[in-house]
Amino acid sequence: MFDDARSSSTPAGGPRTPSPSKPAPAIEAHGITKRYGDVTALGGVDLSIPTGTVLGLLGPNGAGKTTMVRALTTTLIPDEGRATVLGHDVVTEADAVRKVIGLAGQYAAVDELLTGQENLEMIGRLAHLSRKVVARRATELLDQFDLADAGGRPAKTYSGGMRRRLDLAAALVHKPPVLFLDEPTTGLDPKSRSDLWEVIRQLVADGTTLLLTTQYLEEADLLADEIVVIDHGLAIARGTAAELKRQLGATVLEVNLVDSRAATAALAELQEVPGAEGSPEQDGTMVRLATADGPATAMAVLRSLDAAKIGVAGLALREPSLDDVFLSLTGHAAEETADTPQEATS
Amino acid sequence: MTNTTVTTSTANLGGSEALQTEERSALAWAISDTLVLTRRNLLHLVRQPQLLVFTFIQPVMFTLLFRYVFGGAIQTGSVAYVNFLMPGIFVQTVVFGSTATGIGLAEDLATGVVDRFRSLPMSRLAVLAGRTLADLTRNTFVVALMTVIGLLVGFRPSGGITGFALGSVMILLAAFSLSWVFALVGLKAANAEAAQAVAFPLIFPLTFASSAFVPVQTMPGWLQAFAKHQPITVIIDSVRGLMAGPVEAAALRKQGLLNASTGTSTVLALLWIAAILATAAPTAVRWYRQAT
Repeated sequence: MFDDARSSSTPAGGPRTPSPSKPAPAIEAHGITKRYGDVTALGGVDLSIPTGTVLGLLGPNGAGKTTMVRALTTTLIPDEGRATVLGHDVVTEADAVRKVIGLAGQYAAVDELLTGQENLEMIGRLAHLSRKVVARRATELLDQFDLADAGGRPAKTYSGGMRRRLDLAAALVHKPPVLFLDEPTTGLDPKSRSDLWEVIRQLVADGTTLLLTTQYLEEADLLADEIVVIDHGLAIARGTAAELKRQLGATVLEVNLVDSRAATAALAELQEVPGAEGSPEQDGTMVRLATADGPATAMAVLRSLDAAKIGVAGLALREPSLDDVFLSLTGHAAEETADTPQEATS
Repeated sequence: MTNTTVTTSTANLGGSEALQTEERSALAWAISDTLVLTRRNLLHLVRQPQLLVFTFIQPVMFTLLFRYVFGGAIQTGSVAYVNFLMPGIFVQTVVFGSTATGIGLAEDLATGVVDRFRSLPMSRLAVLAGRTLADLTRNTFVVALMTVIGLLVGFRPSGGITGFALGSVMILLAAFSLSWVFALVGLKAANAEAAQAVAFPLIFPLTFASSAFVPVQTMPGWLQAFAKHQPITVIIDSVRGLMAGPVEAAALRKQGLLNASTGTSTVLALLWIAAILATAAPTAVRWYRQAT
């Protein structure tokens, strides 16, 4: 998946690079720290999310993602650090923050014994909307989330995907301009997951600022403008998906030649290809080349080999995956959870 | 979700402006929030009738057990044992029932519902007050039902309607204050099962080493010292005196079946309830704010 390919296919909500004149940050956090006894859940995390953009907080179980979300949604008080949401301090102006945020958690916090409609109306009333607005909004959201038929049934009869949609709908009752989604698609089947992605894109297209936590690299890559990789309570890398990939190293261009003699000839020919980074390497019948711009370099390589009359058997561009990025940053794979501490909260 | 759904949703899903909240005073919202959650908790009760039945079965069994199995062996002199027993059963029932406050709260904390509540601009008191008020409502129903059971097994309080009504108010006040104590348990427990496990050893000695089922004077001296003065006995004695009315209360007192006059035990009971509320409620609110 490449940035340019994606943004043209999904103009509405796909990741966009923030414009040069950045809007004021909707969320700003400095040095957020939270300890539980000897365990440091967060060891001083900084975040800045421009209004109307999506930040993906990427990390394995127990990395501190939920704790960070809880600090920013006023559901826990950090030991150190300061954070604001739309200019309101999360500790000293918690009520002002609560009016502008929506939170959908990892464990769909729907009330199982209440119906879908009752769940939304309860949250709407607790968000201090008037009865009239609440009733209208509940019906509207049930429609939007394909829950109109199930709205009168207790939520315990819902499927996992329906619960997650109801949970997200509840977070949207008061149309919060800033939304926190804590692992919104964990445990969902692929269809429900892509449905939720569609909704999330829609929200962002409507102007909502979003902080999304995820264990799925694909999800962060697909939805987030900027990604912060978090591990053991520390932000260990940040940037766009493309920047993170670049951080690992450039795209690798692999040229397969007909035999090793041709490969040696090609190696000599490719010493001065425009766009190549470092020197090419030979590996049997293959020549490997690092580059920042895969397609352009591939064209240049083919042109110079063609001019030198060297036959090419195959050519491949290998983009480093975010999994590679994570592995190289943390020394363990993103999905690995066995020896990491449990998320200190929830 | 189809593409059509998504296109039509543009204007409605989210946006850069939150919906306008309704203008009301902080107090008015605190009351509204509490009532919203009280209603929610009562809906939970109504929609789990099996739990409600279970709540009733236990006191009914205790009533039958003590009225017909053990009762004959317990001496209450000139006063019928059933009249001695029922006030004890009422109080025991609401004491056991008040543990539900802690269990429900622990469950809400464990399932993430409370996290959502915390992220809303609602009153910080509402989660606790909504819970204790719902439990007070439930206890009211349970006491009403147990009254019917009592009448069926021969309970005929001599204090009349007034005495019975005053006694019932005392029972419910006690239940409300104990709900706050178990709210503390619920706030510190990891889950509903843990809350239950902590609650039981707390309520067992308080209800059984009391004047609920047998006259305290029959207990060994060291136990009497505790049983006579602990708050549950004081509350039961007050309810027993109020429901018995002045004449029968005097008879009970003469035979050593009441540890103090109705007036004294009522004042003491009210002091206990006030002290429990004044300690537990602010502590619960503080713990709720701090709990992370």
